[in-house]
Amino acid sequence: MSAADVEIAGVGIHPFGRFDAKSVTEMGVAAVRASMAEAGVGRGGFQAAFCGTAYGGVAAGHKVLDALGMTGMPIFDVEAGCASGAAALILAADAIRAGQHDTALVYGIEKMPRGIIRSSFFEPWREEAGLAATPAYFALRAQRLMHESGVTLDHLAQVVVKNRRHGVENPAAMFRRAVSAEEVLASRVVCEPLRLWMLCSPNEGAAAVVLRRSAGRSGRPVKVVAAVLRSHLPGNVLSEATPMSGRVDDSIPPPTTLAARAAYETAGLGPSDLDVVECQDTDAARELLSYEELGLCPRGDAGKTVEDGATEMDGRLPVNPSGGLLSKGEPLGASALGQVVELTLQLRGDAGPRQVQGARTGLAHTVGRGANASVVLLNR
Amino acid sequence: MRDGLFTMATDGSARLLGGWCGTCGERHFPSTASCPYCSAEDVTEAPLSPTGTLWSWTAVTAPPPGYGGEVPFGFGVVELPERIRVITRITEADPARLRRGQVMRLEIVPLHRGEDDRPVVTYAFGPDER
Repeated sequence: MSAADVEIAGVGIHPFGRFDAKSVTEMGVAAVRASMAEAGVGRGGFQAAFCGTAYGGVAAGHKVLDALGMTGMPIFDVEAGCASGAAALILAADAIRAGQHDTALVYGIEKMPRGIIRSSFFEPWREEAGLAATPAYFALRAQRLMHESGVTLDHLAQVVVKNRRHGVENPAAMFRRAVSAEEVLASRVVCEPLRLWMLCSPNEGAAAVVLRRSAGRSGRPVKVVAAVLRSHLPGNVLSEATPMSGRVDDSIPPPTTLAARAAYETAGLGPSDLDVVECQDTDAARELLSYEELGLCPRGDAGKTVEDGATEMDGRLPVNPSGGLLSKGEPLGASALGQVVELTLQLRGDAGPRQVQGARTGLAHTVGRGANASVVLLNR
Repeated sequence: MRDGLFTMATDGSARLLGGWCGTCGERHFPSTASCPYCSAEDVTEAPLSPTGTLWSWTAVTAPPPGYGGEVPFGFGVVELPERIRVITRITEADPARLRRGQVMRLEIVPLHRGEDDRPVVTYAFGPDER
């Protein structure tokens, strides 16, 4: 059986933002209900469920299905940092492709603590010494990108301006006001060169996707043509793995590149076949790095790519029409599935005022601590 | 903070304690029981060069979770002659005063006062003034 045998039957999202009065379970229930309603699949219609979350706690996915009386089937709780939701989807798609299930429920839920992300990934001594400052690692990568790819502070601001402009049209986004480059550059310096508005906000939300084995239905459903997870190779000190040391070797491919190569090969597609991309933009430099690591532009051209408007809504390859994490904020376990929800709407032509005209093929990308990178290719 | 990260000689000079793998020859920091490159267990603890060059840097302006010291503080990556890059605090907290390839030297610096009011120290690299 080919990878084209898995299709998306329905999607649902609970907006990303801050919802102090709501539990993470309630948000998950809302997203799951919406995806089931859209798919037309009833409560007994699934053979397995896969839940992505990082801060949800023990058996978080079970709590969502407990609330719906939908337990009994296997429920897999999956943690893979920022790639958690994608990892859940990859397991579900593989199980369907292997003939194990006909229909699977995939959801991601999160209620992030406020402030700088704290992660049990870091040993206590590293936290005590100030060596566990997440935005500082983003900043070190941004500095290297500025040295090696000619990326400027203005390019970083342009990424934020682009994504915030896109986010205005997304009702699921946390920030829905367009901002100017001047405002971005005037926001507080968190870790040079990164200003506050160049960093996404950890927040809350949920997203759900119903996957099923394709039955050759009419109406050209959105198909999952590749869903790939890769971890980092040893040695790259500034990969999302954030080890304490690495080798003096710039030729080690990052996990995003490994995942992208495998996904393109599986699908028989290349970057030039893409119509729309949702990529990791935990900070503005990360989006530019993603352009290069995903092969959306040649090495060294990331700054020029955003400067030329190539990744705007009306550009050669729109990136983050949803507004990206810079507009939506990042609920870790839900963010990758939020991207899949967005691409599904885009490929169906259901994205309303943020529709990328004629989009047929899309790529969703995440990379997070561990490190894990996911690349999901969808087409219609 | 944690034992085994660095040593200090009686003259005050400090060295980071790396791991040297007898199987693949790679160096790493801090030293671990298994080689993080080839899984071999014949790792020997070996001091690393006290000087290197600056590869990337920033300054942390808000206290990260679990951190007991003051802000702002410098933070970066220093390349050592053993061909490894090490994540480290930087003694200079103004990024504008640092430059790529700058020669940096290891220092042991105060971090904060511990629970029993004893000073806790850490390693950092600073511009080499020698």
